[in-house]
Amino acid sequence: MVDDNGSVFDAVEEGPKASDAPGESPRGTAGQALEHPSVTALSERFAEAVRRHEVQCGDQHVVFVEPARNVEVLSWLKADPDQAYDLLVDVTAVDYGEGRPIQVVYQLWSVTHRRALRIKCELALDALTVESVAPLWNSANWLEREVYDLFGVAFTGHPDLRRILMPQNYAEGHPLRKDFPLRGRFSRAEQTKRALSQDYHDYYTPEMLEMGGAPALLPPDPESSASDVEDAS
Amino acid sequence: MTTISTVEPMLGSEHMLINIGPQHPATHGVLRLVCELDGETVLRVMPDIGYLHSSFEKLGEYRTWNQIVPLTDRMDYLAPLIYNCVYVMAVEKLMGLEVTERCKVVRVICMELDRIFSHLLWLGTTAIDVGAFTPFLYAFQERERIYTLHESFTGQRITTSATRIGGMMADLPDGWTESLLDFLNTFPDTLDEIDSLLTTNGIHLGRTLDVGVISAEEAINHGFTGPNLRASGTAYDLRKDQPYYDYETYDFEVPVGENGDCYDRYLVRMEEMRQSVLILQQALDRLPDGPINVEDPRVSLPSKTDCMSDMESMIHHFKLITEGIAVPEGDCYFAVEGSKGELGMYVVSDGGEKPVRWRIRPPSFVNLSVISKLAEGHLVSDLIMINASLDIVLGEIDR
Repeated sequence: MVDDNGSVFDAVEEGPKASDAPGESPRGTAGQALEHPSVTALSERFAEAVRRHEVQCGDQHVVFVEPARNVEVLSWLKADPDQAYDLLVDVTAVDYGEGRPIQVVYQLWSVTHRRALRIKCELALDALTVESVAPLWNSANWLEREVYDLFGVAFTGHPDLRRILMPQNYAEGHPLRKDFPLRGRFSRAEQTKRALSQDYHDYYTPEMLEMGGAPALLPPDPESSASDVEDAS
Repeated sequence: MTTISTVEPMLGSEHMLINIGPQHPATHGVLRLVCELDGETVLRVMPDIGYLHSSFEKLGEYRTWNQIVPLTDRMDYLAPLIYNCVYVMAVEKLMGLEVTERCKVVRVICMELDRIFSHLLWLGTTAIDVGAFTPFLYAFQERERIYTLHESFTGQRITTSATRIGGMMADLPDGWTESLLDFLNTFPDTLDEIDSLLTTNGIHLGRTLDVGVISAEEAINHGFTGPNLRASGTAYDLRKDQPYYDYETYDFEVPVGENGDCYDRYLVRMEEMRQSVLILQQALDRLPDGPINVEDPRVSLPSKTDCMSDMESMIHHFKLITEGIAVPEGDCYFAVEGSKGELGMYVVSDGGEKPVRWRIRPPSFVNLSVISKLAEGHLVSDLIMINASLDIVLGEIDR
């Protein structure tokens, strides 16, 4: 009797098993799920750049790529006519905490072939740098800024790597990292003080934006252009 | 590009920096646009966002899976039910949980109803941006009826929080489907009235035709999705391309534009509302009887009678309540066709009661990043129209 009860409690303790679910198991392993043409092509062409491949939720293929070669792989995926991943749906990052590497996640979709693919790059915490894909997809511009802002991943070659959601004078770090406390690092008083001391002129001044950067559009000074006009007439 | 220095060389002017927002009705939320102008011509727009940042994604990591549902509707308060649905759909996909047939149809109803809900707000406020006041009143009168439907179903008008993992918070109340049918029977007439006020209206045409043009190729490269992309001529609709909840069995069309200007974005959204009405009518016809919540020990609570008479049921109940649902290790990206574009949820679990990461793929955020390209060379007044035509919601952009 005690044994019976014990086994029942064990079952509850362990929680319900995945096998309780109706239908197929939510997770598969590589090889068992449907073949994904891009994954096969990737592992043939970039054998040494592809670290591993896994299948999530039965049909979502994830390829882990060497961070140093991310642009090489992604630009091939975009340009090759058999892949044609022309829509970069999302760029984000995942921090598992406990010093584990931060994953940068690229979610791709091919409008032509109606296929999805997820590419991940694992970055060690002391080397949070990866090349930007903004030159390939313009949609990466803001998405990479967001990852930089919230995770502190630096994207080399990004045209405008600034904070995007947090204030420009934010000095508490990168909020979505696991070591970042929910309430922030500074006291409420300090946070309020910093928020109130912000001046929007600090970030968008004509000088900083190099306004009139297109000299062809703008005569150097009004008097000289006026004399040009007189000369012409 | 016509600049003031080419038209009037004598006036050769300095570029001007002007600031629109964040507190301005025409920016449709707390959006700040820093514009570089030459005379009245926009050379560059720099959107400054983050004024409504609420760190929902961080907050989600401190909550159990079901406790995240109330965070989702606060992001897009213009289409809360779509956000409620897509979040639980992503978690259910990660758990390998199949919801009941009735629940699927109810969620389709919720999502299509809120597509109309969101498009109506866009229609009203955009019309008012170009000076048409009447469509605003017509649209908001119809929205009020959807608010009433929200309220009678979920108890709330905006913050609905209607879904739970494995089902809905409650089944549809008595008479709700009749009220919805009543709405569906009369709403197309109002839509036709608005249509007759705007579609061939000279002022509206002048303000929208050839304004903010983007080609299909560029639109895809910039990550455009939803009506904005379809207005450029690419028929990318997740209901057709990655069907979920039997969307492939519903009879509806995906409207596609040709020129990718503000006027096409207007036409596409108008037609989408009509198509949503068709989907809603079909969904009401096929709404099956049966339970709304799935019977799965991982997510569903045992009945109160069982808890009072059966030890194991009580323990099960206690553990589900105190610890929450355990989601197996892994990650899942699940996207639906939201009212504003591809709305994705990316959930990452390490097998615990709380997510490791909960990420929203924000359609408005990506769509807004294109505004500078769209507005270049147009007048400031066109910038207002372009911004309106993108249909953004700041709660979701800033999250």
